[in-house]
Amino acid sequence: MNRILSVVVNNRSGVLNRITGLFLRRGFNIQSLTVGTSETEGQSRMTIVLDVDDERTAEQVIKQLHKQIDVLKVSDITDQPIVARELVLIRVNSPLQTRSELTALIEPFRASIIDVSRDTVTIQAVGSPEKVDALIFLLHPYGIKELARTGLTAFVRGTDVAAEAPRPYRNRVLSI
Amino acid sequence: MGVDLKPSAKTCTSVKPLMNGSRMLVEALKREGVEVIFGYPGGAVLTIYDALYDGGIPHILARHEQGCIHAAEGYARVTGKPGVVIATSGPGATNLVTGIADAMLDSLPLVVFTGQVATQVIGSDAFQEASIIGITMPITKHNYQVRDVSELPRIIREAFHIATTGRPGPVLVDIPKDVSNAMGWFEDQEEVHLPGYQPTVIPHRMQIRKVLDAIRTAKKPVLLAGAGVLHARAQDLLREFAERAQLPVVNTLLGLGGFPASHPLFLGMGGMHGSYAANKALYEADLLINIGARFDDRLTGSLEHFAKSATVAHIDIDPAEIGKNVPTDIPVVGDAGEALKMLLEERPEPGDVAEWLAELGEAKRQRPFWYHDSDRELKPQRLIQMIHEFTGGGAIVVTDVGQHQMWAAQFYPLEEPHRWVTSGGLGTMGFGLPAAIGAQLGRPDALVVAVLGDGGFQMTMQELALLKEYNLPVKVIIVNNQALGMVRQWQELFYQGRYAHSIIPNLPDLVKLAEAYQIPGYRAKTPSEASEVLRRALAEPGPVLVDCWVTPGENVYPMVPPGKGLHEMVGVTP
Repeated sequence: MNRILSVVVNNRSGVLNRITGLFLRRGFNIQSLTVGTSETEGQSRMTIVLDVDDERTAEQVIKQLHKQIDVLKVSDITDQPIVARELVLIRVNSPLQTRSELTALIEPFRASIIDVSRDTVTIQAVGSPEKVDALIFLLHPYGIKELARTGLTAFVRGTDVAAEAPRPYRNRVLSI
Repeated sequence: MGVDLKPSAKTCTSVKPLMNGSRMLVEALKREGVEVIFGYPGGAVLTIYDALYDGGIPHILARHEQGCIHAAEGYARVTGKPGVVIATSGPGATNLVTGIADAMLDSLPLVVFTGQVATQVIGSDAFQEASIIGITMPITKHNYQVRDVSELPRIIREAFHIATTGRPGPVLVDIPKDVSNAMGWFEDQEEVHLPGYQPTVIPHRMQIRKVLDAIRTAKKPVLLAGAGVLHARAQDLLREFAERAQLPVVNTLLGLGGFPASHPLFLGMGGMHGSYAANKALYEADLLINIGARFDDRLTGSLEHFAKSATVAHIDIDPAEIGKNVPTDIPVVGDAGEALKMLLEERPEPGDVAEWLAELGEAKRQRPFWYHDSDRELKPQRLIQMIHEFTGGGAIVVTDVGQHQMWAAQFYPLEEPHRWVTSGGLGTMGFGLPAAIGAQLGRPDALVVAVLGDGGFQMTMQELALLKEYNLPVKVIIVNNQALGMVRQWQELFYQGRYAHSIIPNLPDLVKLAEAYQIPGYRAKTPSEASEVLRRALAEPGPVLVDCWVTPGENVYPMVPPGKGLHEMVGVTP
């Protein structure tokens, strides 16, 4: 099962190494890990998507993360109302005759073409991992030449919004 | 150096003294109350050694960096104070790695300073460069590389704070050569500011009450006490609690001495070579209260069979230990001493345990540790018993790793805490002799007996030089079976007696070796010789080495075979 952890860390050299080293030596599997600066100077936010067998392993991961001196906060946001996004860049075969078809195909994904060459176009899309998966699936027949995903970044939605959201949608990852 | 040495108007009024990074280090160590440094000089720490030359803190020069770090561990174990180590960059630093890992697994407070190549050349594979930060990241509680001399006082203060609070552990500070050379203003550090490090010391009262409720209804409770009790200096509270709640007590290997061995509620050490009564209690219990132990696999045996019918309560200062190996019903995060205080405040009441205690008492009486004694051969177990007898049970016992370690744990019952120094988690051969040196330096008036195997002794025997040099009256006793006994035992039991490289054929003459290091050496091959020689050796005012030739094929029993549960012990009776 997947768990999404939001981790606030000190923005110091070696911190990423401390976290990934911990995962390596304790045998935890990471699906994706993104890191960047946060709203507070000197602090970074990591979004870690874990692949764990059970609750106990997830709990152990969180506890081990907490033990790191440079880790300031760990939240398991999987079951909370969150906004979660991933960015993907896809370079896909696109001879002139299929180009307009391709443009129509990606339109509902609100994806855009950000680079064009003679035989290929590069598409950028932002969304939930499921949406990115769906786009990749649809583009496959055209011949994907190159693909880069950023991995998931996420945090908890503004509390007022979450409280107002109708119940069935509250626990879902926001999709477009 | 790029620093303006003319004091500005501001610094004129300030009391901050100007000095180089090395002097800052020595000054900071003095302010931390460091009594002794275990170190070995080299290129990247020359300036630091120059600052040490002016004195102020005694420095012990081991003969190998591994000797430094194990000595610091021995010192930390018996004093509870952090052991301080200095080594140079590259090989100096990498030679510390085993000891750092050992201290990490056994939760010993160490602050380790390593030299590093100058910041400008870090990453260029410079002479004696090794990324000790990367290497030690998984085996330290935390580590630092100092990038600017102005950070040094703060980092040192934080390093000592982290090493000695919460669950103790090793902290490494890597100091590039230009940083230890650079001039800066020494800023006194009062407070530490570490928002990411806030150990929970005081447990939750609710959880404490749950433990006491469980005790009231339990019919077969057992209290497992680990080294956390010793770190918290809580042996008296443990005893009071066990007596008031009528709980039989099992110690882990590292917890030995935390509960008096002669106490009627004491069942002995649990685990692979633990006592029958202790393992019976752990296996059959309906309530298992773990205080300050981490459910190591050598204690639990196969987890599949461990404490199957028990409600498990686990008191630990490190929340990550709770539920790591054994599912826990009542987690209690906090310091062992604070937890015991609260347990006593909340008035523990025993359950209906008379039958259980009687049953365990009977098991303890009927199934003690055993061996076949001999008049001709010196049995290693008999040797340990003699040491116990001749030291009145009051020595600080330091061991290496292997069969002799288990025999010492079995046949040297400890009444007092902080007198047992051994490498548990990492099982580091070569630990014993340097650890004994550190223990003697930490407790100069105590009788320190180093019980070592001939294999482990040869890994760090160069440290014998320190005994004479610093006049440390350590009694070094070699339990000599001319083999790597524990390896040999496993080969006998599980590899059809194919003794691959476990018999050491060409042992040096250890008596002559002792003499070469200018300390008296004795040899004993029979019980009567051992008796005579040991008495003489223990009466010596200074250091001495006793080479005891014991029965080579002797095995450690009882034993929980690897992969088996605690109820599947073999060799319980002769």
